[in-house]
Amino acid sequence: MLVIINYNLGNLKSIQNMIRKIGFESKITNNIEEIRGATKLILPGVGAFDNGMHNLKELGLISVLEKEILENKKPILGICLGMQLLTKKSEEGTLSGLGFIDAETKLFKLENTYKIPHMGWNTAKPIKKSKLFSEMENQENRFYFVHSYYVDCSNTDDILTVTKYGTEFVSMFEHENIIGAQFHPEKSHKFGMQLLKNFLENY
Amino acid sequence: MLTTRIIPVLLLRNRGLYKGIQFKNHTYVGDPINTVKIFNDKEVDEIVVLDIEATVKNKPIDFEYLEEVVSEAFMPIGYGGGIKTIEDAKRIFSIGVEKVILNTQAFKTPELVSELSKKFGAQSVVVSLDVKKTLLGSFVYIKNGTEKTSYKPLEAAKLMESFGAGEIIINDIDKDGTRTGYNLSYIQEISKSVKIPVIVCGGAATVEDFVKAKQAGAHACAAGAMFVYHGPHRAVLISYPKYEELRKSLGE
Repeated sequence: MLVIINYNLGNLKSIQNMIRKIGFESKITNNIEEIRGATKLILPGVGAFDNGMHNLKELGLISVLEKEILENKKPILGICLGMQLLTKKSEEGTLSGLGFIDAETKLFKLENTYKIPHMGWNTAKPIKKSKLFSEMENQENRFYFVHSYYVDCSNTDDILTVTKYGTEFVSMFEHENIIGAQFHPEKSHKFGMQLLKNFLENY
Repeated sequence: MLTTRIIPVLLLRNRGLYKGIQFKNHTYVGDPINTVKIFNDKEVDEIVVLDIEATVKNKPIDFEYLEEVVSEAFMPIGYGGGIKTIEDAKRIFSIGVEKVILNTQAFKTPELVSELSKKFGAQSVVVSLDVKKTLLGSFVYIKNGTEKTSYKPLEAAKLMESFGAGEIIINDIDKDGTRTGYNLSYIQEISKSVKIPVIVCGGAATVEDFVKAKQAGAHACAAGAMFVYHGPHRAVLISYPKYEELRKSLGE
């Protein structure tokens, strides 16, 4: 069963709603045994980086995530702050990130004409092949974003999609079983639904 | 590129979808959940759901029904109506709503705006300025347009920005439901004076109105009647412009 990790930050219900609509079961939990028993994981999140890391630590989830993801290679999808927590560190906070991907989270530095947060619908363009974009290759895929920080990948091979907002930034990464999406697939109707469906069915 | 958000506004009353003219004479339009399902298929950018009775009739927020509506909304959703406390907002977010929309309470206790902004982030706090012309100029109204405040629209927008609102909706009572185009003077005045996104609402009839609003400085355009009525006799028909048409018209 897919587990949506509940670390007391963010919009968990919307993810579960969309997964149900796709036709799958999921469980919202922070129980360590249930996370161990999961077939794949979603790390959601809306909020500040240090709050997120603090909560993961308080709930004792860091070591179980390390084991399940780095050793047992379970697929994980980090969404928004969840994506950023998978990186090594963030300019938003002082705590170390999970560091599952060789990347850092940085604050947008844009001209004044670009408002921060980057909020609204934008396109994500895949720059490598991925099973996440099955049946989505021949179309423009757009998603709903709300964020002030973005992920900067050290290895360009890890970059799955890029998005333009004043600059070009990484809107998704995929490194083996570790996937991050800066946008909210759960709020991106048919595009988000197909992406989550691909995550559920192809991983 | 980031596109201009085009936002249908759904008015709730007793679990029904309603639409009025100038905040009055609301008539039944249909089933809210069914309407949200149609909007999913039409790939709308975002929706706003406002309970028009919660504050006026001092009713508790219908969390149970809101949850049903939200469970079918696979796009960002803002909710307004009867929000008085941090706890109300917290519960609304936990249901799966992204943004809370404040009007009456934002002017009674602006501290609520700042507390919500600090706790949940400015992006999740929207203030609706319901504006109406009077002989002495335009003023902000509360309680679903029934009570005048002493605030001028621009002054209120700056105040709410200073309290931490992440977005402002200018909801033009005089234009509401008329489908005669936006009054662009509010958006021109306010969008250049605040840094946060400004959403224009009230009067939209065609995609051309969105184009004009964008040129006037709007970051997003909301509409009610345009998306639920068709033709001069207000026949109920849920519609939304095609993505390609919007992009072409808006030059995106």
